Amino acid sequence: MNIQTTSTNAVAVRNVFKNYGEVEALQDLSLDFPKGELTSLLGPSGCGKTTLLKIIAGLLPATSGEVIVNGKTVSGPGPDRAFVFQDFALLPWADVIRNVAFGLELRGVAKTEREAIAEKYISNVGLSGFEHKFPDQLSGGMRQRVGLARALSVDAEVLLMDEPFSAVDEQTRRKFQEDLLNLVKHENKTFLFVTHSIEEAVYVSDQIALLLPRPSRVSEIIRPGGFRDKDVDSIRRDPEYLDIVDRIWKSLRSYVE
Amino acid sequence: MKLFGYQLPAMSSLLVWGILWEAVGQLELTFFLPALSDIFVTLSEIYSTKPFIKALTETAQAFFLGTFFAISIGIPVGILMGKNRLIDEILLPWVNVFLSAPLTALVPVLMVLFGFGLKSIIITTALFAIWIIVLNARAGVKQINPSLVEMAHSFGASPMDAFLKIYFWAALPEILSGVRIGFIRAVKGVIIGQLLISIVGFGALFELYSQQFLMSHFWAVLLVLFALAFSISEFLASLERKVAYYAAKR
Repeated sequence: MNIQTTSTNAVAVRNVFKNYGEVEALQDLSLDFPKGELTSLLGPSGCGKTTLLKIIAGLLPATSGEVIVNGKTVSGPGPDRAFVFQDFALLPWADVIRNVAFGLELRGVAKTEREAIAEKYISNVGLSGFEHKFPDQLSGGMRQRVGLARALSVDAEVLLMDEPFSAVDEQTRRKFQEDLLNLVKHENKTFLFVTHSIEEAVYVSDQIALLLPRPSRVSEIIRPGGFRDKDVDSIRRDPEYLDIVDRIWKSLRSYVE
Repeated sequence: MKLFGYQLPAMSSLLVWGILWEAVGQLELTFFLPALSDIFVTLSEIYSTKPFIKALTETAQAFFLGTFFAISIGIPVGILMGKNRLIDEILLPWVNVFLSAPLTALVPVLMVLFGFGLKSIIITTALFAIWIIVLNARAGVKQINPSLVEMAHSFGASPMDAFLKIYFWAALPEILSGVRIGFIRAVKGVIIGQLLISIVGFGALFELYSQQFLMSHFWAVLLVLFALAFSISEFLASLERKVAYYAAKR
């Protein structure tokens, strides 16, 4: 690896294998995640995309190979990465502000300071006024906004998102996707985004890593270029957008039973 | 409950049984069951006497020390069993054995080990309460949402943080119901201890009154004991209701 790649890649995955007993979940997987961009891991279920994300997060150990985040080899979770969970993973006994501040609480930030930071991100995700509500009083979409605010408030360079919008309804999901594009533009962070939705991946990504199972590997890397600077409303009508969606579907359809 | 369209006040059944008791007592069918009113008269006579207060203090002391140890050992052990497969495999058979064991039969052994004093009574009380507390704390941890644990881990929680901020709270509804059942069992434990180990406290009063056939005295002490156990259990049930809002959504 040369100096060029370390300075432009926030995360680099190098020859990662992951076995669960006999089953090979990941086989010799290498992938770069450029700094400041959103990279999607897209693929059918069972292709190991969530496994890969959790290895990058340090939540799962790789069987062999290494993950490098900002030049340092990952050996466990760290303050340079924050995780957004598919099922939100909110503390049901804590109100919104404590949930958002929980990452900071675990890092020993004083209460007034962490609540001030949490307050800022609660308003960023559009939940002002809900600070003292409990998760069961919120809709699925609002809960994921809490999960997102919690990940943003620890100010990690890398945001790891595991199918974050799969448990919310379609309308909320579209709004989330638009918000995510703004977030990528304005927060100077690297986003790793796992999804099984082709349209979603093409809509939000600077780079799409297409993962295929049997054996799990990166089959293709696609970088949508032309429509990224366009208005969020016209992306879905862009010919390049439609072409890429089509092309990905052609690669994936043989893996769908 | 509703009867003939009227909403009955809480604990109406106690009232019905009370009236029935009074009637049977007034008929003087058996010396075993004096009239309820006589029992209350007796209670009003003895509750301020020195022996009664002494018995109450001795019983309360043994009860609260015993339950204190049962809780402070039982909850962490239960949580550890729920978290750690190895600890669980090692301890679970013993917990199940002691949960169903006739602990009363073990009391003589405790006397040999720990003497005839308060210590043995406290240990008996704790032994009656602890196993269900352990099992419930364990069950509470077992049903925890694994992504909450992952979340804490990913934000850098130390094992102590995870224990205090995730496992304990996630298991709290089950822990509280275990503590409530444990307290009720501890009432039994403390009296059995006082009867078998050294004749002190309420146990001594029960022994004395039943030997002298002072049935209204006997029932008076039993009612006090029931009232205490009932209040403690209701207090814990109210705590359980406080955490019920998240119990169904973990």
